[in-house]
Amino acid sequence: MKDGYKLIYKRPKTLLSTRMHYCPGCFHSTIHKFLMEVIEELEIQDKTIGVCPVGCSVFAYDYLDIDMQEAAHGRAAAVATGIKRILPDRIVFSYQGDGDLAAIGTAETLHACNRGENFTFIFINNGIYGMTGGQMAPTTLEGQKTTTCPYGRETADSGMPMKMAEIISQFEKVAYVERVSCDTPANARKAKRAIKKAIEFQMQGLGTTFIEVASNCPSGWKCTPEESLKWLEEQVFPYFPLGVFKEPAKRRQ
Amino acid sequence: MPSKGYVEISVESCKGCNFCVIHCPTECLALNTSDTNSYGLHYAYLTDEEKCIACQNCAVICPDAAITVYKKAKKKAA
Ligand SMILES: Cc1ncc(C[n+]2csc(CCOP(=O)(O)OP(=O)(O)O)c2C)c(N)n1
Ligand code: SF4
Ligand code: SF4
Ligand code: SF4
Ligand SMILES: [Mg+2]
Repeated sequence: MKDGYKLIYKRPKTLLSTRMHYCPGCFHSTIHKFLMEVIEELEIQDKTIGVCPVGCSVFAYDYLDIDMQEAAHGRAAAVATGIKRILPDRIVFSYQGDGDLAAIGTAETLHACNRGENFTFIFINNGIYGMTGGQMAPTTLEGQKTTTCPYGRETADSGMPMKMAEIISQFEKVAYVERVSCDTPANARKAKRAIKKAIEFQMQGLGTTFIEVASNCPSGWKCTPEESLKWLEEQVFPYFPLGVFKEPAKRRQ
Repeated sequence: MPSKGYVEISVESCKGCNFCVIHCPTECLALNTSDTNSYGLHYAYLTDEEKCIACQNCAVICPDAAITVYKKAKKKAA
């Protein structure tokens, strides 16, 4: 460090120095970073257990310096339920893509939320199956081209893109639901704050907390990282608006 | 005049997404388009330290946590 200067930001220690395999600009990386910053700030590294999905983030355990468990495709909510019930003093999160959480794992997701399981969902909604080569997901936008809908998603036969944050916020035992993104520094700061709030609510035992990330997939969307930000702003946010969908009632002092 | 801050960017962690470059309010970052890291990717670097205001925007937006930010320390009262 140069003389007369002080360090004000550095990579969190909880994020291992291993280079992440994610494509340039992929928000999987950004969210890994924020999660680990939150865990470092709350000093819960040795009490946190994460559950990995199947999808691009299947190797998240190689980067996050905490205890991790791999789940079968879509079953992360069921695995997280088991871990949290056996070890209720631990902080537990599931980390899942949209193919994982909202397609093959819809049943596990909805029932865990209906039961109000006291763990945190980190839901990376990039509107596509990134890992397997960019197939249509339940969250793919109307008209959006993917390898399995090369002319664009047709809602007449595929239905409308599923708004998970809105759906999850209907469950009575769910405490907190917010949709965030990382396309600008302001939104990225909000994303980190939301993750921190979700973990804190979990520590207070308030019920299920659910953070949906309006994420990107430059490789699957066949665009540059910068173009993926534009797509988010112009196409994704109008349909998947950012914001808080449910919050715990303010406690009386 | 000494700058208000400066950043260090890890050449090997950077993937050249350009997010920090487009979000730096004082336009003091750029991608080095004439060189690559060992992964074959162009990397970002600080072009003009005088301009850095230590706002941390680049570090917040960087997916790969490649950026470290330093701020000019306030002078201690004598
Ligand atoms: C039981 C089972 N069915 C299908 C697959 C193939 N598969 C691997 S990842 C994936 C979808 C991943 O998409 P998503 O959850 O959105 O994650 P992303 O890669 O986009 O982050 C699928 C269908 C599998 N591994 N296991
Ligand atoms: S394929 Fe898409 S989701 Fe997967 S790492 Fe690359 S950009 Fe990210
Ligand atoms: S800290 Fe702010 S001013 Fe300095 S390089 Fe980063 S974005 Fe630019
Ligand atoms: S945001 Fe990070 S990875 Fe992207 S160009 Fe800047 S330093 Fe490199
Ligand atoms: Mg996906």
